[in-house]
Amino acid sequence: MIKFLTQLGHYFLLMKKVFSKPEKPSIYYKQTMKEIVFLGINSIGIITIVSFFMGAVITLQTAYNTENPIYPAYLIGLGCRDSIILEFSSTIAALILAGKVGSNIASEIGTMRVTEQIDALEMMGVNSASFLILPKIVATLLFNPLLTLISIIVGITGGWMAGTLSGVISSENFIYGIQYAFIPYYIVYSMIKTVVFAFIITSVSSFQGYFVDGGSLEVGRASTKAVVFSSVLILLFNVILTQLLLS
Amino acid sequence: MIRIKNLSKSFNGVNVLNDVSVTFETGKTNLIIGRSGSGKTVLLKSIVGLHEVDEGEIWFEDILFNKLDFASKKEIRKEMGMLFQGSALFDSLTVEQNVRYPLDMFTEMSLPEKIERVNFCLKRVDIINANNLSPSEISGGMKKRVAIARAIALNPKYLFCDEPNSGLDPITAILIDALIKELTEEYSITTIVNTHDMNSVMEIGEKIVFISDGEKCWEGSKNDILHSDCETLNDFVFANSLAKQLRSSK
Repeated sequence: MIKFLTQLGHYFLLMKKVFSKPEKPSIYYKQTMKEIVFLGINSIGIITIVSFFMGAVITLQTAYNTENPIYPAYLIGLGCRDSIILEFSSTIAALILAGKVGSNIASEIGTMRVTEQIDALEMMGVNSASFLILPKIVATLLFNPLLTLISIIVGITGGWMAGTLSGVISSENFIYGIQYAFIPYYIVYSMIKTVVFAFIITSVSSFQGYFVDGGSLEVGRASTKAVVFSSVLILLFNVILTQLLLS
Repeated sequence: MIRIKNLSKSFNGVNVLNDVSVTFETGKTNLIIGRSGSGKTVLLKSIVGLHEVDEGEIWFEDILFNKLDFASKKEIRKEMGMLFQGSALFDSLTVEQNVRYPLDMFTEMSLPEKIERVNFCLKRVDIINANNLSPSEISGGMKKRVAIARAIALNPKYLFCDEPNSGLDPITAILIDALIKELTEEYSITTIVNTHDMNSVMEIGEKIVFISDGEKCWEGSKNDILHSDCETLNDFVFANSLAKQLRSSK
């Protein structure tokens, strides 16, 4: 318990350092743009592939579980839409990004720590925590909502293609289903979750990397811890946010 | 001038530095020597503020450095350059960007001015036509030299070198030593070099401080070191068989 509270204290102290005034905003801006490419744009591929197939599977599963004449066919489209918007594109995509982006951040910062690159920054008088972590947090906060939107569009498209090509639903019924009783607030809910999860992934992974002590073995461990802790926190905050925003 | 007074530092209850007092002089190559694990690197990192000390004072000229807040330390740190044991070049940047980094962060120079300064520093350390290479594409000796170029980019008053010769062949090691000595004299820098390489001691050592088990055991010049009556120092200086033979033949 004491160890947990100590770690929590270190995390908040690190965040205080991260959110201090940037030394030179123009450098931070450039760094943020680099991180948007590195952490955001480079994640479009994996998010697109996973979303497409998840949308397809959700549609097929819903179809096989609603093979009953009392259920209208458009229910498949509606189920696909709501599953993707409410859970998949925010939560499941965040878990995937925790694996890809989280381990990447922890190993990058951890390697900088063990090879004294962070010491070199501190030596020059640079606030290393802010310089290394703030651009990553800003980049993911800005770009992950876009990834979620892409995931929603691609997921629903995947569902539509799987449904129509396999013949479990007609195109008209699917499109009617995804338009039926649409609640725009669900998108807002999904975006709020995405932003919170983006912060968790980036800050927790950076924290794990920043305090690595040792060598390559410890960097690997930090990378694993980053993914595990981010994933658990995402699941925990998913419950909290769902209760707060949908109840 | 850098003055250290009664410096102590421990990690998890283990004393690594114990009551170390020493003065490092301006325009001289000051060497901290000692066996691996004797506390040299901890002393150097404590001097530059990378480790918080438990007790003692670190004076840069007439400023008590270790009692300053982060913002005030930052001003002094702009006058420091440091060469780390593993060079610590930023992997994601090219050679040119590495040397330009302190200029980007702390000056209002235009890009052509910065590039001119970078090229001057790289030329000073004999690195030519490597501006666009990444650190992974250059040799260990070149990395050290690029790291020196980065360290001198802002015209530092203080230069710190942690094991500048580690992992280098003897000829490259001598070149790096010579470069450090030249820069120290040329710009009248207060230079502190951590080393356990006796070649470096004899080549560039002007003031030498010997550390053993976290305590200062001896200080003097390279001329004095061969005639010391400090047994621990003699064991260190005359560690190899050739040196032992030379000593016994005297």
